[in-house]
Amino acid sequence: MDMRSPLGRARGLGSSNDGFGHWWMQRLTGIALLPLSLWFVYSAVQLTGASHAEFVTWVGEHGNPVLLILLVITIYHHGQLGLQVVVEDYIHGEGPKIALLILIKFGAIFFGASSIFAILRLTFGGS
Amino acid sequence: MAAQNRPLSPHLQIYKKQITSVLSITHRMTGIALTIGALVLSYWLISATYGPEAFQAAQSFMGSWLGRLVLLGLTFSLYFHLGNGVRHLGWDFGKGFALSQVRTTGIAVVVFSIVLTLLTWFAGYALLGDV
Repeated sequence: MDMRSPLGRARGLGSSNDGFGHWWMQRLTGIALLPLSLWFVYSAVQLTGASHAEFVTWVGEHGNPVLLILLVITIYHHGQLGLQVVVEDYIHGEGPKIALLILIKFGAIFFGASSIFAILRLTFGGS
Repeated sequence: MAAQNRPLSPHLQIYKKQITSVLSITHRMTGIALTIGALVLSYWLISATYGPEAFQAAQSFMGSWLGRLVLLGLTFSLYFHLGNGVRHLGWDFGKGFALSQVRTTGIAVVVFSIVLTLLTWFAGYALLGDV
């Protein structure tokens, strides 16, 4: 027996009030992070003990700034989607739940934007 | 029974630990750890924009025993979450649901994460000239 209304069924909304979009975006960002995160680990190992000058050169070199920006966007997007599910599962009070969700979403955008700005600054100079 | 007093499932005090449930919660915990790792990545990038001293402070912290412990945990978390994520993608395609397969792929993910964590750190120390 389907307890949902015809409209609810057509929209495909589940308990997260979101439905398919969340699930799909989590997979999409997860798949993107397979190569991006492995590239980053490889690069980070190479940068073991790097000086400031070596690090700044590496950030701006070749395709690195683009890959770094994609990594930052994907990591924070995937991370906030995951944390959202954890909060929805374990925080039961409606007030604290919404407050934490807002904190997570705003935090992801803030730190993501700050990191992208840092990558651009290191690439184009200015510090 | 009031909605707030409903029993939670599974009953954690008497629930028998199994590889399925342990790896499932480990996936969540490593995911949470990795979002903290994202903040470490941001700190690394942003510190460099404040100049050599600020960047050196970040490098010194990550080179300290506490920093290395955090990075070691993040390395393992990344490989585990990545490996187990691929396992989840298999399940999304309806593959690997037999109990024996769930067990085998679970053990494979654990072995994969430990081996790659050790290899990564061996490479790091080799580059430092400490090996």
